[in-house]
Amino acid sequence: MYSQGLNGQNLDVNETPEFLAAFQARIDADEKIEPNDPMPAAYRKTLIRQIGQHAHSEIVGMLPEANWITRAPTLRRKTALLAKVQDEGGHGLYLYSAAETLGVSREAMTEELLSGKAKYSSIFNYPTLSWADMGAIGWLVDGAAIMNQVPLCRCSYGPYARAMIRVCKEESFHQRQGYELMISLCNGTAAQKAMAQDSLNRWWWPSLMMFGPSDSDSQHSDQSTAWKIKRFTNDELRQKFVDATVKQADHLGLSIPDPDLVWNETKNDGQGGYDFGDIDWDEFWKVVKGHGPMNKDRIAARKQAWEEGAWVREAALAYAEKQKQQTAQQVTA
Amino acid sequence: MTDTAQTPLWEVFIRPRNGLAHRHCGSLHAADATMALQAARDVYTRREEGQSIWVIPSSEIVASDPNDKETFFDPAGDKIYRHPTFYDIPDDVGHM
Ligand SMILES: [Fe+2]
Ligand SMILES: [Fe+2]
Repeated sequence: MYSQGLNGQNLDVNETPEFLAAFQARIDADEKIEPNDPMPAAYRKTLIRQIGQHAHSEIVGMLPEANWITRAPTLRRKTALLAKVQDEGGHGLYLYSAAETLGVSREAMTEELLSGKAKYSSIFNYPTLSWADMGAIGWLVDGAAIMNQVPLCRCSYGPYARAMIRVCKEESFHQRQGYELMISLCNGTAAQKAMAQDSLNRWWWPSLMMFGPSDSDSQHSDQSTAWKIKRFTNDELRQKFVDATVKQADHLGLSIPDPDLVWNETKNDGQGGYDFGDIDWDEFWKVVKGHGPMNKDRIAARKQAWEEGAWVREAALAYAEKQKQQTAQQVTA
Repeated sequence: MTDTAQTPLWEVFIRPRNGLAHRHCGSLHAADATMALQAARDVYTRREEGQSIWVIPSSEIVASDPNDKETFFDPAGDKIYRHPTFYDIPDDVGHM
């Protein structure tokens, strides 16, 4: 994660066929691309978009869970939830600084999030209605995020890969604390178990949507795969997630809300896997385009945080400036 | 968006434990050195990843120019006599 401060380079490269072929050859040889290396403008743009969206998702992703911190039922759960939400903030920061190495400023990224121009993961536009949602989010949402993020540790862009290694190290606790929470609810009263089932019912399909549109409808996949930004397709990752999660639901004694879910031994090159029902892509696109249940609240909360923090940023800069001037005076006196 | 200047960028270096060198681990924005150190602790050492932290304004780092990579580093490329394997020592002399 080198900074833009180290980037004295001219971002324009003359994209001759020779240059593009040499760049692709570096990628094919599994060389990492570093901030100051010449790169095609489209590679830079793709990464700025993807890393920016990823960073925004971490930051907006703090909101649904922060909603329950004050109402956590025990101190143990409260400290876990606090630590998890703090981690998500950290993930956002690692990722913003990785994106900044590509020549985009933090201010510009923040502006794009607040204006609605930049996207973030659709999952965070659903409300957290019950305490069980803290379990389901850790288990399913962080579980899906891990599926997505592990391959990104080998992404061709060095700063993004390094940020993802840090993130992945921290994610495992997120999923485990969520699943443990689900276990305790499922071992509790009938009402608690029903709460867990209700939560699974609401989060299952949105979690599957986290992997993005079906391969046949995905605009960005092919070029990203060639550039080794993406290592698996959306559908491949979704399938892995379903296959890993069904067993975990069984263990909880919960049922996955999909009547079409069935074991298919011919799947995954004969290793077997689950067939599952159709995803409601209309719902997905509605949420992506800003019409999910919580889109407006999420952006409003981010705007409020940004605006109410303005005086702090200004005061900190003014104080730093004053200190600098006083030191300069002492030196000359 | 406020019109204040951008909050300065800092590079963060962490010594994971004594015996190891400080190593670059990322960057962050902070108004001054004290805040940069505190932010570095919160962002990069939430799980005891560090015994010591250095922060330095990114603008203070002098870096080699990537456009000069070849002229800058190539002179070392053909000096194979700087490596031990350049010299022939009979096997029966043993490890040297
Ligand atoms: Fe995260
Ligand atoms: Fe997480």
